[in-house]
Amino acid sequence: MTTNAPTGAIAPNVEQPAPGAPNNWRRFFSFSTDHKVIGIQYIVTAFLFFLIGGLFAMIMRGELITPDADLVDRTVYNALFTMHGTVMLFMWTFPVLNGLANYLVPLMIGARDMAFPRLNAIAFWMVPVFGIILMSSFLVPGGPAQAGWWSYPPVSLQNPGGNLVNGQFLWLVAVALSGVSSIMGAVNIVTTIIKMRAPGMGFFRMPAFVWTVLSAQMIQLFGLPALTAGAVMLLFDLTTGTSFFDPIKGGSPVLYQHFFWFYSHPAVYVIILPVFGIFSEVFPVYARKPLFGYKVVAVSSLIITGLSAIVWVHHMFASGTPGWMRMLFMFSTMLISVPTGIKVFAWVATVWGGKLRLTTPMLFALGGLVMFVFSGITGIMLAAVPFDIHVNNTYFVVGHFHYVIYGATVMGVYAAIYHWFPKMTGRMYYEGLGKLHFALTFIGANLNFFPMHPLGLQGMPRRVASYDPEFAFWNVIASLGGFLLGMSTLPFILNMVSSWVQGKPAPDNPWRAIGLEWLVSSPPPTENFEELPNVIAEPYGYGKDEPLVSNASAMIGTELAPTPSP
Amino acid sequence: MKTRTFLTLAIAAIVLAAISWWIGQMSYSWMPPEASIEAKLVDDLFSLLVAVASFIFLGVTGTLLYSAVFSRAAKYDTSDGPPIEGNVAVEVVWTVIPFVIVMGIAFYSYQIYDQMDVHGPMEHRHAAVPTDAAAPQVPTERPAEVEEIEVLAWQWAWEFRYPNANVSSTELHVPSDRRIRLALKADSVIHGFYVPAFRLKQDIIPRTDAQLEFTPILEGTYRLRDSQYSGTYFAAMQADVVVQSPEDYDQWLTLAASQPPATAYNQAVYEYERAAKKPISAGWKSVPPAPAPMVNYAADPQPVSPQAAIPTPEDKQS
Repeated sequence: MTTNAPTGAIAPNVEQPAPGAPNNWRRFFSFSTDHKVIGIQYIVTAFLFFLIGGLFAMIMRGELITPDADLVDRTVYNALFTMHGTVMLFMWTFPVLNGLANYLVPLMIGARDMAFPRLNAIAFWMVPVFGIILMSSFLVPGGPAQAGWWSYPPVSLQNPGGNLVNGQFLWLVAVALSGVSSIMGAVNIVTTIIKMRAPGMGFFRMPAFVWTVLSAQMIQLFGLPALTAGAVMLLFDLTTGTSFFDPIKGGSPVLYQHFFWFYSHPAVYVIILPVFGIFSEVFPVYARKPLFGYKVVAVSSLIITGLSAIVWVHHMFASGTPGWMRMLFMFSTMLISVPTGIKVFAWVATVWGGKLRLTTPMLFALGGLVMFVFSGITGIMLAAVPFDIHVNNTYFVVGHFHYVIYGATVMGVYAAIYHWFPKMTGRMYYEGLGKLHFALTFIGANLNFFPMHPLGLQGMPRRVASYDPEFAFWNVIASLGGFLLGMSTLPFILNMVSSWVQGKPAPDNPWRAIGLEWLVSSPPPTENFEELPNVIAEPYGYGKDEPLVSNASAMIGTELAPTPSP
Repeated sequence: MKTRTFLTLAIAAIVLAAISWWIGQMSYSWMPPEASIEAKLVDDLFSLLVAVASFIFLGVTGTLLYSAVFSRAAKYDTSDGPPIEGNVAVEVVWTVIPFVIVMGIAFYSYQIYDQMDVHGPMEHRHAAVPTDAAAPQVPTERPAEVEEIEVLAWQWAWEFRYPNANVSSTELHVPSDRRIRLALKADSVIHGFYVPAFRLKQDIIPRTDAQLEFTPILEGTYRLRDSQYSGTYFAAMQADVVVQSPEDYDQWLTLAASQPPATAYNQAVYEYERAAKKPISAGWKSVPPAPAPMVNYAADPQPVSPQAAIPTPEDKQS
């Protein structure tokens, strides 16, 4: 295997920090411009918010374990589901995926850093800022926003406390700032991918993960302005008495819904596309086969980006949407399942006939794929207007998107974290704890989210603090699954912390994976590459025994290159 | 070898199709009672969707599971698998077939939607094109007589008005086997009119009147729920829907018309007032509920929470 760096460089590499930058753990708390530091900052910050959002969900599941509204006040429940959705989307999934993209994209395309390192750091440091703004809404009179993460007017404009600075106000400020941060990140990532690829790294030599990140970040560029504008207009309605969206004063609440979903549906693809990329990276490594139909898989990401812009009204089938519009968006929504299906079949074909190794990342990727397929078929059902009208805004939809967001996305993110953990930290994680984590997550997620489907079919609306006793059975199971899911994070945290502190030192390429990031040391030096790689092959050359770059030893630097044993 | 692979695949597909069809038939029992013509149409569509979905899901997970069990690398086997990078024929097949399937589903859904003919929102605005004249495919069983009922969605109460009989109620009574046309109005925020047993749902946007048409066919009592989040007491905004024979329905109208209007029990008002009496608030400030509706016919109070004691008898007007 000439493609892979020899596994001789066992000792964690000595860092070569930029002049004046701290080179120990303190760099993670500094305004570092190193994309790898920023990547880990994103991932860890996002994970803390994941725990907070999960705690909200567990209180909600505690409320829903009985039919009556008896654990918390209805206003508290409404605030919790609003904050749960907001935190999980804006503070967890977007930042954690940005973190992975930040860490991996420059390494994968052979760049020394992002195109705009300082902008990168600013975009990250906005995350804790708007995170704190959002959390501080628990302390203002009237409590946090209680209008759901959609913040549909007129409910979001009601402001019963009458204060100018209320939970909804802070919510809108936080979401607008999150939009600005994400746009900054998107400009940076798109520029990096287009302009900073190493010599020989043509578009069709980029790993599929880079393709999906590019597609996802392009959505941020065209979609986020709509949401951010909508949020700012709603903020004006709330504070200065304009009436863009207030029907009583002649505004149009349906217009807000269009603004909101024009971004927030494509946002689902911002989330799921990089996870598709993770699947495309993980399956070939642990099945020891090239990604099946790589070019089609790569291009299908861009097709998804295009189609994602013309499906948003399917969120509004039961809203003030005329029949012709319902039909039109049913057809466009059905179409988007085709490029998605291509990817699924390609992964199955990649795994088929391979030499599988069921490590923790592979288990998470396989489990994530199965749960994604389930969410995909319920997604096609939801696209069918007559059926959607029955289950729209019921727990069926909640179950569907939790299979997407937890089943596929969180499982995919876990797969990525385990897969690249040795690269990021220079340490190996504990396989046993990883497998335990997978088992708890997979069982917990299915126990939690599957029961939501029968509940929705039976007609239980989403966002309810109380429900008719007929729904109790499935809700108890869902709650137990939710608590199990909460517990499942414990072995993960234990594994990550203890492995980083005292895990076995990781070689450069513990998985015998093909990719530029696996040719450099673990963790990579500050500038990533001594000499920019000269890429001479397509990715995923498993079983082909061909070199990926022509300058492997110059790339990692002569003084870092391991001396071949005599 | 090639024939054997083909035969194995064909047998697997046939078995899978049979199982999927069976699951599709099961799916009828996952739904609430079919209390309207529209419900039957939706359930037929759902059954098809479930069958197709089962085929895809079982096919994909079955293949993955087979691989995970039988394609494992031996412990010290560090060799790679076969370097298969793709197969144009296979890729074309798995692009075209899903495309045909989803387009087929979309056209079938279109037909179902056309037959339901629910006259959703804003249909009247787009009525410049005489769609009704060009659409003679109205199901034969649909009755010609249309019963018009007004639905008012307060924050948080349902009120139903029968303009022809001069009756108002907090319980929705409808005659079976008659076309019902609802005129939906919302007071201050968006609500969703949702009766699972009818498989019907329509958001009601303030200042934008919406219509909904359906034909109930099965006598019984069902639940009406608010399906669009409407604030603090959203979950408590429910009502009963009673489908009666036309004779019982007329009798009920006559009885209700003879009752003087009185304040109905309202869960949101009850809980709001109870919370206001508590010395310490366990929650945050809520928008005050609209006054409980004054109606001729008030449903029996059904506390959504057992903490809500049964209100005093004068609230009952039945």
